[in-house]
Formats: sequence, C-alpha cells, structure tokens
Amino acid sequence: MSKFRKKSGGGIPAVNTAALPDIVFMLLFFFMVTTVMREVDLKIDVTRPKATEVNKLEKKSLVSYIYIGSPKDKFIGSYGTADRIQLNDAFATKRDIIAFVEGEKESHDPQEIPYLTWSLKVDKEAKMGIVTDVKQELRKANALKINYSTYKTDIIVD
Amino acid sequence: MARRASPEINAGSMADIAFLLLIFFLVTTTMDVDTGLTRKLPPMPETDLPEDNKQIKERNIFQVLVNANNDLLVEGERMLVSKLREEAKEFIIGDPTFQDESMPEGVLTEVPILGNVMVSKQIVSLQNDRGTSYEMYIKVQNELVGAYNDIREEYAQRKFGKSISQLEDEIKMSSATAKKQLKAVKKFYPQRISEAEPKNVGE
Repeated sequence: MSKFRKKSGGGIPAVNTAALPDIVFMLLFFFMVTTVMREVDLKIDVTRPKATEVNKLEKKSLVSYIYIGSPKDKFIGSYGTADRIQLNDAFATKRDIIAFVEGEKESHDPQEIPYLTWSLKVDKEAKMGIVTDVKQELRKANALKINYSTYKTDIIVD
Repeated sequence: MARRASPEINAGSMADIAFLLLIFFLVTTTMDVDTGLTRKLPPMPETDLPEDNKQIKERNIFQVLVNANNDLLVEGERMLVSKLREEAKEFIIGDPTFQDESMPEGVLTEVPILGNVMVSKQIVSLQNDRGTSYEMYIKVQNELVGAYNDIREEYAQRKFGKSISQLEDEIKMSSATAKKQLKAVKKFYPQRISEAEPKNVGE
C-alpha cells in the first residue's frame, strides 16, 4: 500500500510530448516555404551601400543579378585585387554582359521581357568606372530597368 | 478466435527526423529581402540620327558634380551630401510664377485633372568621375531621388489630401481616380535626372 501511494503522490508527472512532432513540423513547413536557396557562389566581396529611398524588389524570378567587387581572399592570387564583374558563377568582363543579357532574355517568356530587372550588387568601395562600363553595356543590350541593390537606412551620413 | 491487435508503429523518432529537416532549412535559409534604388537607364541613342542641337538653358539645369575624391560640387559650390536634398528641392519646386531668372522656366503642359498648367522645365544633371566611389554615388543618387519623392509627397498631400503610398494602395484596388491623381503628381513634377558620361580626370 505504501508503495502504491508513493507512486501516485510524489514525483513530477512526465510532460506529454506527443504534440512535439506537430510543433516541429509546423516550424519546418514555415522555413520550407519561406526559404530561398542561394543561387550563386559569390567569388567577390560585396558590402552593399545604404540608402533611404529604397524599393522592394518583387517577383524574384524576373530579377537577374550582376555582381561587382574585389575578389575574395582565396582568389586574389589568381585574379588580383582590382574590381571584377561576376555573372552567374564565374568572373566575367564587360564584353560578356551583352551575351549574358541575351541569355537571360531567352530563358524568359517574351511577354515577361519588358519587366526584367537587372540588379546591380556592387561593393561600396568599388569605383564608378567599372559600374559605368557595365551600365553602358546594359544600355547597348537594351536592358534598361536596373536596380542598385542597397540596404535600407533611415539617415544618410556625409 | 481473439482479434489480434495490429502492432503500433513507434512514432517516437518522428520528432528527431523533423528536427533534422528543420535544422537543414534553418541553416540554408537566407532571410534578406532584396531592396534597392530602382532606376531607368536612357536607351542608347541611334548613331545615324543627327546630334541633338537643342541646347538646354543654364537656368534649367541643376548641376551636380562628384570628383574622384568624393567631393560634391553643386551649381559651382562645394556642398555636403546632407545639404543636397534641400538644395535640390528648392530648385525643382522653383519659382511658381517662373519670373525668377535663377530658377527654371515653365512650359505649358497638359496634366490629367489639372488641365493645361505651367510645369517647370527643371533638369538635374549628375556627373561623376570614374574614380568616384560607388558609395558616394549611391548617396547622391539617393538624395536626388529623395528630393523628388519628398516634393511629390508634399504635393499629393496638398492637392489631393492623400500620400503617395495611399494612392498606390488605391491603385492596387483598381481605383481610376487614384491612378489619374498619381499621374498628375508625376507629370507636374517629372523626375529628370540626367547622367552624363563620366570624365576621367584626377584618378
């Protein structure tokens, strides 16, 4: 009898963990739906500048990225420290941009082409010379809708 | 014969499996939202067309220069980026009677809702050096775009009692008046930021 009393009276009853998988699954689905897989392997360092008048880029499928910055440490040996352009997964020169634009245009529906946006992800330390060259090439390729990728901030400092 | 109870599957490790997947997605996910300044590049001029001889009067141009040392020169005077927005706003709004010689001229333009009104011929000219840093360029661009946005915002509030974002929301709900109002604001203060080819000096 005393044995029986001890069992029901003392000790903390175990927490029911039957709902734990449900909770975890819920979190899992949330992350599965919101996740965007990283598309390219960045070979250059890009720290975006800050701006106040920013717009959100909608319709990610219509956005193509052009990266400009200095190569990451492990590539300095072979590519140096000068600013470079990266398209998709590889280093490129400004002469590759027209072909890149044409390729991107071909992979979309003809009706979507006027809405294609070219996002320039440029390191804030980069010089305008290379950025201007890229812009000129984009104009030549008739890719006119561009977006300077920036972070949002509330105030601009001198 | 007694019915044999079907053996229950042990679901104890279900949580572990779900955790594993969860951690995978937690690690691979990137939460950053893509934001940036959206601009439109001018189309390439057709080479066989004769050079445009139309000269723009000096009073209609708001000249912004940035050199290789990231110094800002506005209308011939050195300036800090933080002062640029106010200065640009003053120029873009201009003189409502268009009599002031130092402010831009007006031109009769048809604007929705407002009808034929005098609209300023203002144009902002931005020129940078090839050695200008991208950060500085974005700051200047941001202030110029911001000047236009501020002016439009104030005008929309004064004229229609609504903010630009309110108008945009109404357009999403397919309101024809809101669309016309936004068009009127944009036409009354057209965004004209002209970028000259960069010079290559002082590198």
